Amino acid sequence: MPDETTENKVTEVSDVPEATDVPESTVEALDAVERSETEAAKAAEHVLAAVEPTVGVSKPDPILVVDDVQRRFGGMTAVDVQHLEVQRGVITALIGPNGAGKTTFFNLLTGFDKPNQGSWAFEGRPLGGVSAAKVARNGMVRTFQLTKALSRLTVLQNMLLAAMGNPGENLFGSLVKPLWAGTEKKNTEKALEILARFKLDAKKDDFAGSLSGGQRKLLEMARALMTDPTMIMLDEPMAGVNPALVQSLLHHIQALRDDGMTVLFVEHDMHAVRHISDWVVVMAEGKIVAEGPPKSVMQDQAVVDAYLGAHHDTDLGDDSLLDPAVLARLEAEEEKR
Amino acid sequence: MELSRILTQALAELIAPTTAAIALAAIGLNLHFGFTGLLNMGQAGFMLLGAYGFGIATISGAPFWLALLISLAAGALFALILGAPTLQLRGDYLAIVTISAAEIIRMLGRATVFQEYTGGAAGLTGGSFKSTFQELSFLPAPPERGAFGPLEYVFTGSDSWWTRLFAWAVVLIAVVFVWLLTRSPWGRVLKGIREDEDAVRALGKNVFSYKMQALVLGGMCGSLAGMLYVLPRSVAPDAMGRSLTFFAWTVLLLGGAATLFGPVLGSMLFYAVYMLLRAGMREGLEGVVSATMVEQIGGLLVGVTLMLLVIFRPQGILGNKKELAFDAR
Ligand SMILES: Nc1ncnc2c1ncn2[C@@H]1O[C@H](COP(=O)(O)OP(=O)(O)OP(=O)(O)O)[C@@H](O)[C@H]1O
Ligand SMILES: [Mg+2]
Repeated sequence: MPDETTENKVTEVSDVPEATDVPESTVEALDAVERSETEAAKAAEHVLAAVEPTVGVSKPDPILVVDDVQRRFGGMTAVDVQHLEVQRGVITALIGPNGAGKTTFFNLLTGFDKPNQGSWAFEGRPLGGVSAAKVARNGMVRTFQLTKALSRLTVLQNMLLAAMGNPGENLFGSLVKPLWAGTEKKNTEKALEILARFKLDAKKDDFAGSLSGGQRKLLEMARALMTDPTMIMLDEPMAGVNPALVQSLLHHIQALRDDGMTVLFVEHDMHAVRHISDWVVVMAEGKIVAEGPPKSVMQDQAVVDAYLGAHHDTDLGDDSLLDPAVLARLEAEEEKR
Repeated sequence: MELSRILTQALAELIAPTTAAIALAAIGLNLHFGFTGLLNMGQAGFMLLGAYGFGIATISGAPFWLALLISLAAGALFALILGAPTLQLRGDYLAIVTISAAEIIRMLGRATVFQEYTGGAAGLTGGSFKSTFQELSFLPAPPERGAFGPLEYVFTGSDSWWTRLFAWAVVLIAVVFVWLLTRSPWGRVLKGIREDEDAVRALGKNVFSYKMQALVLGGMCGSLAGMLYVLPRSVAPDAMGRSLTFFAWTVLLLGGAATLFGPVLGSMLFYAVYMLLRAGMREGLEGVVSATMVEQIGGLLVGVTLMLLVIFRPQGILGNKKELAFDAR
């Protein structure tokens, strides 16, 4: 695999400059990623520039509106979101420390979990109590933090399974091959194209169970794209993916936005967040503690508190935070308080 | 010569109607377990219900094909009733519910309350429900007999060539049907559900509906298998209990779950070897062990075989070892 990544094929997808060298680390990889300069990127920035960076602020064209959603596990409140709007056609990052409730929030929105109270609407349609499958058919498709590759299906079968509206998936339609052979062929072409983007095309006939952890992450994202979602929700898409691929993955995510898709993603890597997101929502202990454009939100006191636990005037997007020595110093300072 | 008689008996098992019936029951289980990952531990209940459906309908005067449809419908209905409350829950619940529901069917069958219809513990005698089936035969009427190699049966009758021909034709149709289904996108959804149903849900598929379809189709295979099972004998509730489910599972795992021909191959091999063992013991250990003990030892050996199979060759004869390696997620 590694030598395949030396070529930066992503330029076909979005107009980013050629990366000359193979990045050694994630930081280096990210430095090669520039915010895409497409119309969509500029439009997103322009629209969001006018939005006040305060919690629960309303957006000009929200695709998802969440109201007063709560999920409690026993006495512990995992999610308690008063009001959140997600702007259409932009990349929104959802960040927060471990256990903040990000995954639980995803589960609630996509019908994999039921809230104790609250409501939310996707494209104006209320989605509370709607089954996970219907949510996906409505165009809101998610991936999982713990990847769910369908092990004993091949990579290509994983992809084909995801395509919507295949007449061969009907019990009676399935018996008559001419009814679905055409759809299948079209879907295969589309699947191979997406797989090529994620550098998985060489693996198309391998069982998904034989893929590495990072490759499964990629497959899951590719599979979600097969459904032609309006909004894609990615739970830590970069976790476990090697630096060179992170770089192209970030390009892909920006390309999705440039194609008009809405992206909501959970990510722990602040640098990735800073580089590609148009808007950042910060969760801590179930609540949304800040939201705003990536540059300013990282300096938000509430956010720094949430992550580092005390009053540091550190910018979370600061590369120095990647340095273990700096982190250790911050932790030591924290201890002393 | 003794040996040739034993071998002939084993050979006869290869094409016996019972072998076909269990092959069909295992084809149903294969749809459930092999392709969808559903644990049906009560296939014998589906079989018994199918047998009653066919028998009682015929006795009440239904023509053959109507009785067959009623048998199928009984299996479908049973699947719907068992699936509705359990398919939303974790897989183990279906296993528990099917195992107890099969027992309930057997108990109801033996109960004196319904004796008028089911014949109680004695069941329905063969002569009472087989006439329509035998009238269907286009082979020479009894007592005409025919031999094929060392095997000789009447053409038409209970234990006849006609019963064998019909039973295996049904199995063949079922195999073609399963082949059509499992090579299709529909079959791919089932396999996806077997691997991880949440992932399939996240892709917008109605998992409950697919699981229900698989349960119903496999259940209908089961009830039709029950009908085949009683064509050469009587409907006896106690002969169609847990051990029959256990046989069907052994057959499926022996041949290879999630393979097309696994259930058929498994059934043929199972019954031939089972007969070889028992006939061999009867001849070889004559005077040492009684006939009932031979049966008990035979049952024990089947259990041991099943265990060894699961431990050493979990993919069965036709299965792909490589596929199974990904089972640990
Ligand atoms: N099924 C559950 N039962 C009980 N508690 C749960 C359950 N799921 C989540 N929690 C709790 O809810 C809180 C939020 O968990 P969640 O998985 O949403 O965090 P997260 O923000 O995704 O964290 P991470 O960044 O580590 O993935 C945690 O404290 C967790 O222990
Ligand atoms: Mg999480």
